[in-house]
Amino acid sequence: MTTQDRAAPPPAGRLTARQVTRQRRSASLRRTWRLFRRNRSGLLGLAILAGFVFVALAAPLLADPNGLEVTKATGGVLEAPSGRFLLGTDDNGRSVLTLLIWGTRVSLLVGLLATAISMVIGTLLGLMSGFFEGWPAAALFRLTEWFLVIPFLPLAIVLASVLGRSLLNIAIVIGVTSWPGTALLIRSQTLSIKERPYLERARVLGAGRWRQMTRHVLPNVMPMVFANTTLTVAIAILSETTLSFLGLGDPTRVSWGSMLESAFSVGAMTTGAWWFIVPPGVCVVLVVLSFTLVGQALEEIFNPRLRRR
Amino acid sequence: MTALVTTTPAQPVMRRATYGRYVAGKALGAVGSLVFVLVVNFFLFRILPGDPARTLGRGRFRTAKQLADFRHTYGLDLPLPRQFLTFLGNTFTGHLGISLRYRVPVSDLIWERLWPTVLLVGSSTILATVIGVYVGMLGGWNRGGTFDRLSTGVTLTLYSMPEWWLGLLLIAAFAVGIGPLPGLFPTGGLHSVDADPSSVSGVLDTAWHLTLPVITLTLAYLADYSLIMRSSLLDEMGEDYLMTARAKGLRDVMVRRRHAVRNALLPTATITALNIGFVVSGAITIETVFSIPGLGLLTSEALSIPDYWVLQGAFLVASGAVILANLVANLLYGLLDPRVRS
Repeated sequence: MTTQDRAAPPPAGRLTARQVTRQRRSASLRRTWRLFRRNRSGLLGLAILAGFVFVALAAPLLADPNGLEVTKATGGVLEAPSGRFLLGTDDNGRSVLTLLIWGTRVSLLVGLLATAISMVIGTLLGLMSGFFEGWPAAALFRLTEWFLVIPFLPLAIVLASVLGRSLLNIAIVIGVTSWPGTALLIRSQTLSIKERPYLERARVLGAGRWRQMTRHVLPNVMPMVFANTTLTVAIAILSETTLSFLGLGDPTRVSWGSMLESAFSVGAMTTGAWWFIVPPGVCVVLVVLSFTLVGQALEEIFNPRLRRR
Repeated sequence: MTALVTTTPAQPVMRRATYGRYVAGKALGAVGSLVFVLVVNFFLFRILPGDPARTLGRGRFRTAKQLADFRHTYGLDLPLPRQFLTFLGNTFTGHLGISLRYRVPVSDLIWERLWPTVLLVGSSTILATVIGVYVGMLGGWNRGGTFDRLSTGVTLTLYSMPEWWLGLLLIAAFAVGIGPLPGLFPTGGLHSVDADPSSVSGVLDTAWHLTLPVITLTLAYLADYSLIMRSSLLDEMGEDYLMTARAKGLRDVMVRRRHAVRNALLPTATITALNIGFVVSGAITIETVFSIPGLGLLTSEALSIPDYWVLQGAFLVASGAVILANLVANLLYGLLDPRVRS
């Protein structure tokens, strides 16, 4: 069962196969972190993300959830920023800062959920279409290509109106429309790994397809999946914002996208209510940019071809 | 030596045969995609919630008979499989149906709405490609320099921005005006109400209306091209042929222009061809923000009814454009780079 584990040379003393694996994993994690630390923009992205994650988690401590309710609003309509409302108020008299803080939760949650869905579908189909041979592989590849040509926004809009407007549904819509890119990436990685000698060795030793895929191919494509995940979160959050802006988001939750939708529908840009338009957009840009920077840094670490140049 | 002599005359013939097979394969794939799109196209819109007869007939249909007549006229009373066959037959003969809302043939409607979109997205794509390639080239060639760091930062920020948000900011700044700055451009629309689009002043008027949306989309698309150009130029920079070019005494500018950029343009050309396919569907949000009567606005309006035939037609045109662009990009790439043909 642990053929390839036993064959590995133990580093020191007598360790079980499991311990060896764990040691190797933590060593490679440390190496990754050391390389990542050298990338200044990646670190900056990570720091900004940490800030937003903190805000999302600590939202109940930072802002009173009562401030989200239209009926309990205390401010005037579109009041300019003041000592009482640091970022002014919206068209219902709610504090924009409170909405922004609670919106962080929704935007991050939808982004992560959508990415999880997209990654599972993309990795699974990518692995299978790279690993299988003959017509099943061809069929899976065609399917991926077909989904790639369907224009994203029209499809997402239609799906969103079919499924109804809820947080989970919008994540599902983004998830099921954004996987083909991942699938193609994983497929090409799988194709190159399939030809390597250690897989041939595993095959000779009698490893079945499932074992080859889960124990050999998957761990090797995992780093690329990880880097791609970070980049996909960025796109998912952008998509959530756009779909909410088009009025397809969850009407009961405040997200950055839904804030921008109400700002647009009350004409905040023509009335000069910049505090209702600028902050949510800046938050979106910061989060998306940070995920992109971290993703690029990871890609550079895991893809040696990029590191060399 | 002899081997070299014998292979030389045979090569052109072989190359043509390989390219022919490559073209055939890609074309077959495109047809397959088109069939898939047709199937998705029909069933996707049938599962939309809402009944067009009720949405449109509100207040107009007084009796159940009128409702049934309306359904019958548009074939909505037939079973789904029958509707699908009719749809296939009509699509292949060029009939896209009649808009439930506007009561005109969908093909006319799409044709009329296509031009604003093509004008808007087409000019933005051209501008973005030219500027993006240039910025990416300058940045990549002096990697890590001030210009490179600055341009990468700016393009990545633009890439992270929802393009319609940028549009809103530009409206606030240049159409409404900030403080003492007056509004220089209109807040939306394709042209003024009283302007004749075919006269000289009408063309200028349209250009004036399209300035802000085109700037917005150009900035939004720019990042794609400059990042790709930069990274493919970086890929080329370690190559030996550049060393050769320098060794034979070419100036740096010539090495860049004649050798590195030529090769680095390859992936950029493919991306451009692919993106042109998204021209049709790419501007939904910008058309909404700037209220430009193009295909994107048509689609989002049709969704609220739902106006099946308009949605189907718009979706078909949008996906068809992507498939065609995909095919062109593949063929172009195969022609430019013989390595991908095998």
